[in-house]
Amino acid sequence: MSAKHQGKRSSAQNSWDNEVALSCIREHLDREGPLLPILHALQEEFGYIDMAAEPLIAEALNITRAEVHGVVTFYHDFRREPAGRHVIKLCRAEACQAAGGDELAAHAEARLGVALGNTTADGRITIEPVYCLGLCSVSPSAMIDGKVVARLDAKKFDTLLAEVDR
Amino acid sequence: MSALRIYVPGDAAAVACGADEIAAAIASSAAKRSIAVDIVRNGSRGMHWLEPMLEVATGKGRIAYGPVELADIESVLDAVIAGGGDHKLRVGIPEEHPFLKKQTRLTFARCGIVDPRSLDDYKAHDGYKGLAKALANPAGIVEEITQSGLRGRGGAGFPTGIKWKTVADTKADRKYIVCNADEGDSGTFADRMIMEGDPFVLIEGMTIAGIAVGATKGFVYIRSEYPHAIAVMTDAIDIARRAGMLGKKVAGSDFEFNLEVREGAGAYVCGEETSLLESLEGKRGVVRAKPPLPAHKGLFSKPTVINNVLSLATVPVIMDKGAAFYKDFGVGRSRGTMPIQLAGNLNYGGLFETPFGITLGELVNDIGGGCFTGRPVKAVQVGGPLGAYFPPALFDTPFDYEAFAKKDGLIGHAGVVVFDDTVDMAKQARFALEFCAIESCGKCTPCRIGSARGVETVDRIMRDQDRAANIEVLEDLCNTMKFGSLCALGGFTPYPVMSALTHFPEDFGAEPRLQAAE
Repeated sequence: MSAKHQGKRSSAQNSWDNEVALSCIREHLDREGPLLPILHALQEEFGYIDMAAEPLIAEALNITRAEVHGVVTFYHDFRREPAGRHVIKLCRAEACQAAGGDELAAHAEARLGVALGNTTADGRITIEPVYCLGLCSVSPSAMIDGKVVARLDAKKFDTLLAEVDR
Repeated sequence: MSALRIYVPGDAAAVACGADEIAAAIASSAAKRSIAVDIVRNGSRGMHWLEPMLEVATGKGRIAYGPVELADIESVLDAVIAGGGDHKLRVGIPEEHPFLKKQTRLTFARCGIVDPRSLDDYKAHDGYKGLAKALANPAGIVEEITQSGLRGRGGAGFPTGIKWKTVADTKADRKYIVCNADEGDSGTFADRMIMEGDPFVLIEGMTIAGIAVGATKGFVYIRSEYPHAIAVMTDAIDIARRAGMLGKKVAGSDFEFNLEVREGAGAYVCGEETSLLESLEGKRGVVRAKPPLPAHKGLFSKPTVINNVLSLATVPVIMDKGAAFYKDFGVGRSRGTMPIQLAGNLNYGGLFETPFGITLGELVNDIGGGCFTGRPVKAVQVGGPLGAYFPPALFDTPFDYEAFAKKDGLIGHAGVVVFDDTVDMAKQARFALEFCAIESCGKCTPCRIGSARGVETVDRIMRDQDRAANIEVLEDLCNTMKFGSLCALGGFTPYPVMSALTHFPEDFGAEPRLQAAE
């Protein structure tokens, strides 16, 4: 598997840099419909899409800043600010609900002390809902720092949570 | 002595159950024993309760073991080295397992068998035979697909051949083939499995589509929640290009066809075809009004074939074995086979490809083995978040587009999610509306506002505030959403809501109905 897709983690991301951002943008300019690939590249590099990226993209693609902003804010994937050091995406769709997903989500929220969609106060964990990872026959499932995990219950969740910093 | 060939699925469901760790443990244990092993990361056979399921190639065929945990590695490896010997986890020859034996695998013929990154393996298992037939008679492709009766597997069930003919007949300097791999419906994973287990079949299907309609460029739009599928498809396209199966001269012919993978960004609505096209163009995934049809003005306003993964992945077998062969399977106007996905609270979840016509009850009870919680089945949602909830009383419904429509349901992308008797159907109805509110693109009012008002109305019903009046409001709202929304997101959200209300009125605190509401 390519490093790019396996390593989609929020930890150890580089801080914002105009020049690096411009090179991310230029890399995709000759593609048809380059905006989503550019935004993915920026998020891959920095862990989020800085506001400062919007005018750079607008200029490069000859579109308005409002159009860029509209796209960034439309898609659930794109972050407006850095996430916690680790990101847990917990599936909350029907097949996981049917297999104990509601109890698991309640446990995770209690355990971390934050509701889904938030980051723990120490900045360690961001936990957010995801609507289907396509692991519906081995549910409930989650993705932890890009790694898929299935057949979860409270105990397995706690074990994975303890392993996350290692 | 040649290396022992061991298969450990690289499919995301297997990986989520620990397949990567199993593969690494086998490699290290074999090294310690000084035994040469060749570990192939195949796709999944679709018997997901047995994942991670490893297989060893023997003179008598492949022998499977599963579900294998790290603690079992040494003893399983002993059995494997003994040539497929006994073990408590021994499954035997996979093809002889009842779950696979009962299936008719046409689209999924190779999934779990071949090495997904080996073009030679693909060709050795009848790969690219469909393309050879297509190249022998390019003008006959559209007719062959039309005759096969293949309908869009994404959910809408529109005849694929007719869509292709429209694009073929439209004059333009550039045309596109777009594969909709934004498989966002909960309970579905067939697209993911085929992309991870047999990516070349999708490449071949898209290539045939390109030749049929005169398109030279194709995009596979894969949701970002599928990193494994993105990785395999990207590699396979690269391999096909280097082997001359994509590019200026496809397989040495005069046809040009190129492919590119594009990653979605977490928007459910982008599974709607016009929204997906907007997203590919780099815009907000806002639904387009139709007409114009994508077949006339699609991606970048050019004529575009946009099909689901399974539709395109079924094209090669139809071209290879002929329309008549494919059409022979199925019932009524639902021809061929459907890869059905069994999910949720089931003992035997996984992928079950079968001709149309099997009943819902057979799928849930006989094949799926009922709930793993050991409790009775209360409801089954077929067709994703926009599909209806069916009670066991409707288990005699055959799996067929029209039969499901007649019972106010839909088969959609053929995901079957099973719930036991602890489920609260008012809560499920609320979730359907909440999901619609979260994922609505915001363009049309019934969907954008109707979904939010719907959540509030269900909340009132659940806390017994003017219950009867609010149930009436909910029904009225569903009616408005169904007929007034621009696309299936707002238009189909009433299916789960109304089916929950109709079949499980007691969960809403309402009197049982004597007959289904209409």
